[in-house]
Parts: sequence; structure tokens; C-alpha cells
Amino acid sequence: MVASRGNNSNPARIPALGARVIVFIVISILLMYYDHRENHLDAVRKGIGAAVYPVRVVVDAPVRLWQWLGEATTSRDELQSEVGRLRGERLVTKVRLQRLAALEAENARLRAMLDARTRVRDDVRVAEIMAVDANPYEHNLVINVGSQDGVYDGQAIVAAEGVVGQVIRTGLLTSQAVLISDTDHALPVEVNRNGLRTIAVGTGEIDRLDLPYLPNNADIRVGDLLVTSGLGGAFPSGYPVGVVNSLTRIPQQQFADVTAVPSAALDQVREVMLIGVAAQPGTDSTDD
Amino acid sequence: MTRETSSRRLPVIITLLVGLMLTVMPLPGLIAPGRPDWLALLIIFWAMQLPRTWSVGSAWTIGIILDVANGTVLGQHALALCVIAYLTVRFHLLMRVFPLSQLTATVFALLALYQFLLFWVNGVAGVDAPSVSYWAPVISGTVIWPFFYMFLSGLRYRARPGA
Repeated sequence: MVASRGNNSNPARIPALGARVIVFIVISILLMYYDHRENHLDAVRKGIGAAVYPVRVVVDAPVRLWQWLGEATTSRDELQSEVGRLRGERLVTKVRLQRLAALEAENARLRAMLDARTRVRDDVRVAEIMAVDANPYEHNLVINVGSQDGVYDGQAIVAAEGVVGQVIRTGLLTSQAVLISDTDHALPVEVNRNGLRTIAVGTGEIDRLDLPYLPNNADIRVGDLLVTSGLGGAFPSGYPVGVVNSLTRIPQQQFADVTAVPSAALDQVREVMLIGVAAQPGTDSTDD
Repeated sequence: MTRETSSRRLPVIITLLVGLMLTVMPLPGLIAPGRPDWLALLIIFWAMQLPRTWSVGSAWTIGIILDVANGTVLGQHALALCVIAYLTVRFHLLMRVFPLSQLTATVFALLALYQFLLFWVNGVAGVDAPSVSYWAPVISGTVIWPFFYMFLSGLRYRARPGA
């Protein structure tokens, strides 16, 4: 062993240090192999994740306290104006919702006439993003619900303005999610105006998505809204993803250079919704 | 290993918990890549000071916890922390008598090795090669080390009035 060479007379020698480090290195390599290649260690990860939970809660606490203080100390005037604004918003939303009910019924009727399968109403659960950094080199976030709350790997995460990301690691009490802006994330989308299907790929920048697979002659314009197409199976269709903001057609190249801005403010959202695809409990095609 | 009583382990565990909190604490986007590897610094410090209690085994355990907290491949941080703990324990007598400048240079080398091991595992696991800012924790950790060292040494000797 390395440790026992040369300093046998040293009273501060730690016994069998070299042997121990080699054992631990071997265990680490085996663990990495099994975790990376085979994904066998989800249970272990969940167990340790539950142990990390208190740390996350404590780290999250100051932000929560700050928010609470902010709410507790706002003046009456501000609160009243906020209530007024929210009442107005609620009224507008309610009126829109009335039309939605009629439209939904109409849609179901038309679908029945066309003999198409009725779309299942998506199952929605509200979650909060914890103020915790996961890994700075991936666009990750941690949400405060886990498998106890029925969260599963691959579940879609949507904010009020649009798609945020999807769950990649379900823990017992918290889960990790990847943002659509992560370089490893690709999202099947379609252009809302004409149904043109393509894929939106994360760029690693929080405010930019790439659409690398659009041919030069594709019918797409700046300002087009992209919505989820539902084709991957992980995301239900019809949720806004982003708006095309730049478009360069280079004649020599096969594909146009198209980028979009995500609709949701990915670095600012705090409350999100987890959407379950009721028909297929997300075990498929969520590898990204 | 067994000679250390639990009452002497507690302060170390508290520093490690604080280190874990600092590791998962959100930072503004611009300086987030420069977050020092608090747990690596703590492991170096405690392995140097109490090498019989805090050596490769504890480093490995902390590494596993860090892997779960960071969502990295299980064993990645464990491997890297275990190796730097080994080197620190191996040379702890030497490091104790180093002047602070030389000790800081050693810490720089250890942190660079730590980051390199993580980088290497990322490469094998097929994670995208990160930008230059990936190496920022080595610099920030080295810059912070003298203060970190003096602060923890101060705490340590204040906590043991007899020594």
C-alpha cells in the first residue's frame, strides 16, 4: 500500500489508508457504472435525497421568509389596488372560461362526429420551485413535490405563461426538473399558425431556444407562436412554448437559422403546474 | 477512529451542513459558476486537522450526498472528494507546517485535481464539455482559502480552551 511505504516509523500514520482509498475508488467507479449505464440506483438516490430534504428546506427558508415579510408589510393601499387588479383579471378570465366550456363541448361533439378519440382533460397539480441550485452546468431546478405526491419522471412542467420543463428525477419529497433551455433538452413543437411541426432545442441560454431542423423554405415568420405538439408523449399538446424572434435563411445551407424566446420567464417563475398525461403515465420517450 | 467522541464530531458536522447549504444556495446567474467547492475546502481542512476521524470514508459519504444534491452521476463527487481526502491525510503533517502561502498553493493543486476528476467523469459519462468558467471554483476556492483557514482555525481553538 502506498501509505505504508517509507513512513513506517511515523507515529501519525493512518492505518491502511491506501487500501481504504482504493476500495472507495473502486466502489465509486462501480456506482457510477451502475447509475449511468443501468439506472439501477433510483431507490438509493431517493433515500439519500430525503436526507438532503431538510437542508434544501433550510436554504429555501430565507427566501420564503423574505417573501412572507414582503407580503406582511405591504401597505393597505397597495393590497387594495392588488385586490382590485386581481378581481378585474378574474372577471376577464371567468368570461373567457365561459366561452371555453362551450368550445370544449363543441370540440367534443365535432371529435365525436369525426370518430376521433376525445382528448382527456389534463390532470394538473400545483408545485413550487424551491430556491435551491442544483447543478450550475445544467439548467435544472428543484420543485417541492415528489413521488409521494404522484409525480413521475418525465412529467411536464408548465407555468402560467408557457412550458417550463419536465421532471427528470423524482425524489420522495422533492424532484429535479430540467428546463427547456437546457442543452440536453429537445421539445416537439408546432407553429400555432399553420401546424408546421419541428423540434425546439435548448441552447444553454435561459432566454433562447433553437429550431435547428427547419428547411430554408419552411413557412415560418418572426412572431410565430410555438406550441407543444404532444408528439413526444411527454408533453400534452397545445401549451405555448415560445415566440420566434429571429430568422435567417442562408441560401447555401439546408436549414434556416431560427431561434425563439421562451414564453415563460424560465429564471423568474416560482409557482408551476405539473401536468399529467392521463392516458399514458409517462414511462416512454422521455429520454433526453 | 473510535477514539473521537461524538461531542467532538458535532462541530465538524455542523460546518459540513453549513457547507452543504452554501453549496445548494441560489446565487445570481453571473457569479454562480464561481461558487467555491465549500465541501472540498472543508474536507481538506478537517482531513488536515483531524486525519484519524475525517479521512477517505467520511469524504466518500459526503461526496455521495453531494452527488444526490447536485443530481450528478452517483459516485462522481464521492470519487473526487475521496482522492483529495487521501492526499490531504497522506501529507497532513507536511501541510500543517507549511506557511500559509505554500499551503494555499497546495490547496490550489488539490482543488484543480478535484475539478479535473469531476471533469474527467463528465467526459466519460458523455456530459457536454463545459466552458472555461468550469474552472472558476478552483480560483475562487484558492482565493478564499486563507480566510477560510484562519476562520476555521480560530473557531477550532476557541472551541477547545484547553489546547
